Parts: sequence; structure tokens; C-alpha cells
Amino acid sequence: MPKITYVSHDGIETVVDVAQNDSVMRGAVLNGIKGIVAQCGGGASCGTCHVYVDPENTKPLSQMHQVEDELLYFTACERKENSRLSCQIPVTEEQDGLVVHMPEKQL
Amino acid sequence: MRGESVVVVGAGQAGCQVAVSLREQGHRGPITLIGDEQAAPYQRPPLTKAYLAGETDLAGLVLRQDSYYDDHGIKLVRNERVIGVDRQARVAVLGCARTISYDHLVFATGARPRPLPIPGAEHVLNLRTVADADAIRQRLEGQIGLDVVVIGGGFIGLEFAAVVRKLRHEVTVVEAQGQVMQRAVSAETAQHLVNRHRSEGVQILTGTGVGAVREGLVELTDGTVLVADLVVAGIGVIPNTEVAQRAGLAVDNGILVDSHLRTVDPRIHALGDCARFASTHAGGLIRLESVQNATDQGTTVAAAIMGSAEPYTALPWFWSDQYDVKLQTAGLTNGHDRTVTVGDPAEGRFSVFCFKNDRLIGIEAYNRPIDFLMGRRILEGGNSLTPEIVARPGFDLRASQQKAA
Repeated sequence: MPKITYVSHDGIETVVDVAQNDSVMRGAVLNGIKGIVAQCGGGASCGTCHVYVDPENTKPLSQMHQVEDELLYFTACERKENSRLSCQIPVTEEQDGLVVHMPEKQL
Repeated sequence: MRGESVVVVGAGQAGCQVAVSLREQGHRGPITLIGDEQAAPYQRPPLTKAYLAGETDLAGLVLRQDSYYDDHGIKLVRNERVIGVDRQARVAVLGCARTISYDHLVFATGARPRPLPIPGAEHVLNLRTVADADAIRQRLEGQIGLDVVVIGGGFIGLEFAAVVRKLRHEVTVVEAQGQVMQRAVSAETAQHLVNRHRSEGVQILTGTGVGAVREGLVELTDGTVLVADLVVAGIGVIPNTEVAQRAGLAVDNGILVDSHLRTVDPRIHALGDCARFASTHAGGLIRLESVQNATDQGTTVAAAIMGSAEPYTALPWFWSDQYDVKLQTAGLTNGHDRTVTVGDPAEGRFSVFCFKNDRLIGIEAYNRPIDFLMGRRILEGGNSLTPEIVARPGFDLRASQQKAA
């Protein structure tokens, strides 16, 4: 299974196996990783699964749709160039090794 | 220190959230989470969406993977019911007659589909659990063009209708009230949803009840007879309050709790679909059936058990996906006396601002997520938006708040 690395705001790294076609958000939530809230469970409705994709990332990521783009203006922490909603990033072998950083807060 | 023992009765979204939040907030005592389904706690919203469409399986619905519960010291008891609570002895009695003692007990027993009070109700399927969804999927499997009748035009009925239509079946929705989703949204939003369904070829009949269901037929109260290969009802739910009632707790369309979600017994809390609570947003007692309510109340109950005195004040919000429509509502719009529509309904992107006595009480965002999120913020923070301001040509919620700030 693809491995995704989640880096907490205080720098703690957790590596998790994420099933194919689960999202980066699901990988965190299923394993109880703090730092991703995902109030709506992946419906692109709440903006509480905000992550910063590692600046060194070279893995291909899903394209950002309009709803995600709009929601990212309302995250609890500042939107940056590498901001994504992790529920909108599906995981396949191509994302094996992806590193995402979690913001200080989601709410 | 061993810490106090918590027994959570019901392992849906609310019960699971209590257990998870207790651990996140540092609770050290034993936690037992008891559910009457075989599946580990899972999300129900996809049952009328991706799960029904076959786009995800149970593994895609579960709230935590199985190992999470062991790893976090949460004893998950499946396929089991609590049949009684002895408040003096502080024990919960399971269906197998085993007892579990508690320092804190939480009712998260959810709700069950309201039965159809008509002849032939045994031919009608419900959609609440993964087993219900599996039964429906089985009936639809490998076929197209079946005649499907949906009784009830609420969230469940309309989401179900949208998915079944996409699976290329012939769908008729029968709603007894004059408007679909009457409890949840304004007439404007409801009308746009109806139009969307009709444009997809779904027939929606309002103001008509169902008189009887027979093998292959649905008889309406106006005399119409519909052919039906499959009949599914979504006419609301009944909260599961029987065990609480037998334990001597106050029950009235839900287990009655105060603003801290505590019952009259300080060691017992109730939350989620089964609880009726004092809400500042509703201006009285209310029972809400939503993911937001289940999860936010779960966090509050966990904090209360940990000793917090914070009341539950979260703003209610809901969402519904039907076709490519994402409907999101912030606040409770029920009881509004005036609406102002912003945006372009013809393009399928608009928001309905709902006012009561000239005060904004809720926003229904139809493919306008920004209005939804902005709306949540301003409704949480108190707001001074009037119908006149919102009705001005070119009104933009985001711009108006930037100016205000």
C-alpha cells in the first residue's frame, strides 16, 4: 500500500499505509492522526482537512476543483500556495511517499 | 490512576466521536463502545450517495480502522444491545445479560426509520444502515429501467432518488407535504431541487400521500396507482429512547438533556439523533439529525465527562449532495418569515438568506460554498445583516464582511 507521511504542526512525523483510492484525509482519520478534523467526512463541505503539501513534493496530485479552491479561502490557518484539502487528494501508487504538513489548527 | 469508566451506548457517528474525543482529550479510564451492528462505526451519509452507487465499500465508510480501537484502549462491542440501565447500581445490562459498570454512561442510541402506517408496509425498504443499503443494492444489481418509488421527499429520499436515477432507473418521489424537504429548507431552495430532479427525469409528486403498497404497486391517496419494482421510504425517524425511559430519565421526542447535554442524572449524558437539547440557535428544545450535531456534541460530551463546564452552542449545519448540486445550509432556517436570494438561480449557483423578524437565521447555499462558510462564521459571531442589505444589487457576502472588518 502507498505510504503517506503526515507531519504535525510541532514536527512529529507519522507514516501510514493508505489503501488505494482512499484519500490523504482518510489515511489520517482512520488511523487517529490528530491534526486533520474532516468534520464532513470527505464531502468537500467544511474545510477542516487542510494540509500543506511538502514544498519538495514531486508526486502528481489530483487537480483542484472549484469547490476546493473556494473552501481553501476559509481554512482556520492561512492558505498558502501548497494548500490543499486532503479529502480531495486520492491516493494511488503514484502518491507513494507523499509528505503533507498539518496546520496548527483546523477549526 | 485508572480513571473513570465510560460506557457509550450506541456506536454511530455520535457514540464513536465521544470515545475518540475522550482519548484525544486525555481520558485514561476504560471506554466501552457498544453498537448493535456488525460493522465497526461508520459514516451514514454515503449510504445514500457513493455507497449506494457502488463507488465505495464498507472499508470506505468506517470512521476508524479496526486496529484504532485496540490501539487506543477503546473496547468496541459489536452486534450487542444495552437493554437496561440500573442507575443506582451504575451498571448497564447487555442483551446477553452481562453487565458493565460505569462511572459515566452516554446514550448515543440514534434513531430508527419511522414505520409507514399503511397496509403493505412490509414491501417497503428503509435506508438507514449499511444492511439496508446492501438490501437495496441487491434489488437494483445488474438491472436498469426498474420502476422505483420513493416515499418521502426529505434529504434521504431525494439523495436516494438522485443516485437511483443515475443508475438509470425510473424514479417517482411521493411527498405528502406540499413541498419537499419542508423541515429543512426554504420553498425557494426546495423548488430548485425539484426542478433539478425533474430535469433529470425524476417524477416528483407533492401533496399526495401513500394509501397502500401492494406487490408491485403503490396506491396514492389521490387514487393514482404507481407501478413499483422497488419501494423505499424515508419519512423521518423515531429516536431510540426506550432504554433511557425505562431507566427513569425524562423523554419527550428524544432523551431530554440540558445545554451541557446532561440528563437529569449527572452521570448520564445523551447526544446525537436520540437527544433533545436546549439550543440557543433554535430558541428552545430541538433534536437534530446530522453529522455536525453528532460530532460537535460528541466533543462536548467528552469534555463534560472530563470536567468541562462549557455548554453546547455549536451552530447547526447540514449538507446534501444530489447530482452535481451541493446544498449546504448554515444555521436553522426553519421558521423564517422572509428570504432574499443572492446569485444566479438560472445557472444553478445561488444562496437563499433566511430572515426571521429581520434577523438573519440561516443561509442555504446552492453550489456556493463560500456563502456557506462565510455564513457559518457570521451566524456564529452574531450579525447585523438585514434583508435590505442583502437585497441590494450586487451584494456579495464576502465583500460585505471584509468591509465590516
